[in-house]
Parts: sequence; C-alpha cells; structure tokens
Amino acid sequence: MEIGVIFAGFGGQGILLAGKVLAQAAMERGFEVTWLPSYGPEMRGGTANCTVVIADEPVGSPIVDRPQILVAMNGPSLERFGPRVAPGGMIILNSSLVKEPSVQGNARLLPIPLNDIAQELGEVRAANMVALGAVVKVLGLFPLEAAAEALAKELGARGREKLLEVNRQALWRGFALA
Amino acid sequence: MKVLLRGNEAMAEAAIRAGCRCYFCYPITPQGELVEYMARHLPRHGGVFLQAESEVAAINMVYGAAAAGVRTMTSSSSPGISLKMEGISYLAGARLPAVIVNVMRAGPGLGNIAPAQGDYFQATKGGGHGDYRLIVLAPSTVQEAAELVMLAFDLSDRYRVPAMILADGMLGQMMEPVELPEPIPPGRIPPKPWALTGAKDRAPNVVSSFDLDPYRFREILRALWAVYREIERNEVRWEEYATEDAELVLVAYGTMGRICRTVVRRARKEGLRVGLFRPISLWPFPYAPLRRLAERVPVLLTVELSAGQMWEDVRLAVEGRAKTPFYGELGGVVPTPEEILSEVKKHVRG
Repeated sequence: MEIGVIFAGFGGQGILLAGKVLAQAAMERGFEVTWLPSYGPEMRGGTANCTVVIADEPVGSPIVDRPQILVAMNGPSLERFGPRVAPGGMIILNSSLVKEPSVQGNARLLPIPLNDIAQELGEVRAANMVALGAVVKVLGLFPLEAAAEALAKELGARGREKLLEVNRQALWRGFALA
Repeated sequence: MKVLLRGNEAMAEAAIRAGCRCYFCYPITPQGELVEYMARHLPRHGGVFLQAESEVAAINMVYGAAAAGVRTMTSSSSPGISLKMEGISYLAGARLPAVIVNVMRAGPGLGNIAPAQGDYFQATKGGGHGDYRLIVLAPSTVQEAAELVMLAFDLSDRYRVPAMILADGMLGQMMEPVELPEPIPPGRIPPKPWALTGAKDRAPNVVSSFDLDPYRFREILRALWAVYREIERNEVRWEEYATEDAELVLVAYGTMGRICRTVVRRARKEGLRVGLFRPISLWPFPYAPLRRLAERVPVLLTVELSAGQMWEDVRLAVEGRAKTPFYGELGGVVPTPEEILSEVKKHVRG
C-alpha cells in the first residue's frame, strides 16, 4: 500500500501545514511517510504545494506522478495537478474559490466550500483543516482523532494553542462532508 | 521514538549527537534549515555556532577548530561548496578530520535551488587542488542522513581524512520519521594526541600541509595514500535490492536511489526482473561488488540527476562485462518513476 496526496494552493493558505499534520498523524499511527514541500521563491505569495506519501513499507519516491488524492485550494492548483490524479482518485476542491471546475480524466470530484465553512467557524485560515478532515475521511486509514492530536502537537510547538479549538471544529466539518 | 524531521534538521541534530561542538557556515538555499537548527541548538550543548562573513572564512574556521582537536562541521550547497574547495584541500593535506555537508542544487554557476547531483566529480575526484580524496557518503533517506553524519565524524577521526555528506535539495527539504541515534558521550570520542592543545609538558605538535622538500613531501603523501588504500579496503558501503534474479539493475545514489526503488517495485509488478544497486560510499566507490554484479546481470542502467558523472565509475567497475546505458536529467529536473520505468523498458522485456 502506497498512497500519494498532493495539497496545493496559494502561499498563505496553510498548504504545507496541512500536509505536515497529515504526515505526523500517519507516522503516529505506525505508517511510513514522507512529506515533500515545494520550496524556494514560488512559496512567497505564489503557489505552494506539498506531497505526502503514506505507505506500509519504506517510501521509495517522495515525488508522486499519480496522486490518489488532490486537495486543490484554488483554480490554478486544479489546472496544474488535476490531470495527474490517478484514475479513480479523488479531487477535494475548494468550491468557495472555484465555481465552475473543468473536470479532469477519471478522477472523482468532491467540491467543498472550504473557505465558507472556515468563515462560518470564525477563522478563514482554518480552511486547510476543513480540507484535511475530508482527506482523512477519504483515506480511511486512521481516525480523525489522530489528525487532531497531530494538530495539537504542531500548534503547541508554535505557541498557538488558542487556535486549536476552531481548527478541531474545522477538521470535523471537513470529515463530515466527505 | 520516531520524530518527523527534515533532512537538514536531522543532519544537524545528528552532528550535535556525534559530538560536533564547532559549526561554521554561510547561509545558502536549500540547506538553510541546517544552519537555523545549529543556531538554535548547538549553543545549548556548549558548542560554538558562528555565521562567518563568507564560505572561505567558514571553511578556514573549520580548519582551526579541527587542528585544535574539536569535532567540527560546515554545510553549504553547490556554489558555496565550490568556494570552500581551497580550504578542503588544505584540510586533506594537513590530515585534519572534519565533516562537510553538501546539499546539492543545480549548477554550474548560480544555477538554481532545485535538487541535482552535478557535484559528484567535485566530491569524489578532487575539486580542490592536489592529490587527495575525501570520504564521501550519500544518504537516500532522512534516517540514513542522520546515521551517515554520525558515521562521517567517526571515520574522519579514525583516518584523519575529511568526510563529505553528499545530499541534495530534495533530501534536505523533505520530512520523514527518524529514529535519532544515541548521542556519543563526550568521554567516548577517542583522544587526538596530534592536536594543537597547548604544548605544556610535551613537545609542540605541528599541523601543516606544507613541505618545500619534494622528497619529504612525497613521503608524507605516500603515507596519506596508504591510508586511502586502507579506507578502500575497509569502508566500501552499498545496498542491493532485488538483484538476485535481475536482468537489469538500476545504479543510482541518494535521492535518485530511493526513486529507483519505486521503479523496481513497479517493474516487478509488471513482471520485469529489475533490481537496484545503490552506492552509499561514493568514495571509496563500490567497484568490486558492482563488478561481481556485472558478471551475471546483462544491463546496468545508471540513473543520475546529472549528465552522467557516477556513470564513469560504473563503467570503470564493469569494464565491458555488461551493457552500461545511462539516463539522467539536468538543471534540477527530477524524473518521475514513470519516466524511468519507460527508460527501463527500452532495455528489458517481460
């Protein structure tokens, strides 16, 4: 078993964090995992993406040519990575920003208004955690609580514990919608 | 306990655990996290972190710390390593142990910050001037990066030969679970009676790479090359994966090595008998094991993030016993497993 997940969006949408929390959660549940960021100038204000591979044997390639899951937080990300999603794979699309997606290949499309949900919760920056909740559901490898624990650890390390509650709610909302 | 770390962070932490107490650097992408980690953590262990005014200054600070008997390290990426080359040659000439980490990016020149393997020649065949070698170790996972940094300090001390970790931007930037090696207690690092520690109650030691008399200098270098031959006998490291029945073996190191592991798995699923030979020590290069493999495997396909540098050593090892085609990418482009697999299929049939 080896599953590739790509998170992609604008810089500042918490793309790298969502991927890191997923990697941390998978590691804590005993999976082999890699987290590979796009790095360099493209991260500043432009597009950001990261690739997480979850496997039950040591991960070979950290780059994924055919991801099983794509989180497209904006239109350019859908255009760039959508055509690469594996047949039967899933695209979790931020329908708050992409109203009329041009659908690609054989991938299934799961539109979720990530920004609107986060806004309802009072924290638009939690859109990434809504997406992550949906990813955990689609993966079906471990309970959402694993992601919540990994998130608590990550926010704790950054001294941002007060954001935990709203982000937990965001995880649950995404999980319920997938 | 496993922790999720970037390659750069894991190499820094491993250096601290190996007893590195002097780290000198000049920042460059894509190894910035190594610098940041050392800045945050090394002083807490009683060590010296110093961001120098240039790469040249940093490597000469390493020379000084090494001469004083301290475990010392510097890190950089390709263009910065080029600037350090003069100092590295001096370290080799003066028989000073030190660890140099090169998180390679694409060159020549300023190039870009994407992962590449174009510094193989520089690392293994000189780079600086004169008749010398570096111990060169190439990790392909974050776990192995941590372990090889520990090993590099030990080997460098044991042989009094500088050691280089040849990584690349992908390995530096990516995160993986790591089981960190246990720290070496300070008392367990073997003493260095040759070091410049103050000549109180003993004859002064001399650390130098200089001798005007060619005959005397020849003897110094003969002794040095005897050490290199000993390293070649004792320190060759490599990994083989699914080579037993292989009709084609991929030869790749570092990041390319792990990507080729995925290629092997996919090829096997399609019924293609493909294996992987992954050099871990690039110098000393695993010539003999590769030659043995070439006795029974008809095709050895070298894959590198370069125009073909390690490829020359592969051909030296094989000496015509097998076909030795090459597949490489340039400029920081990393081929996908799919692309490599289609290259494999040009040479082997199911």
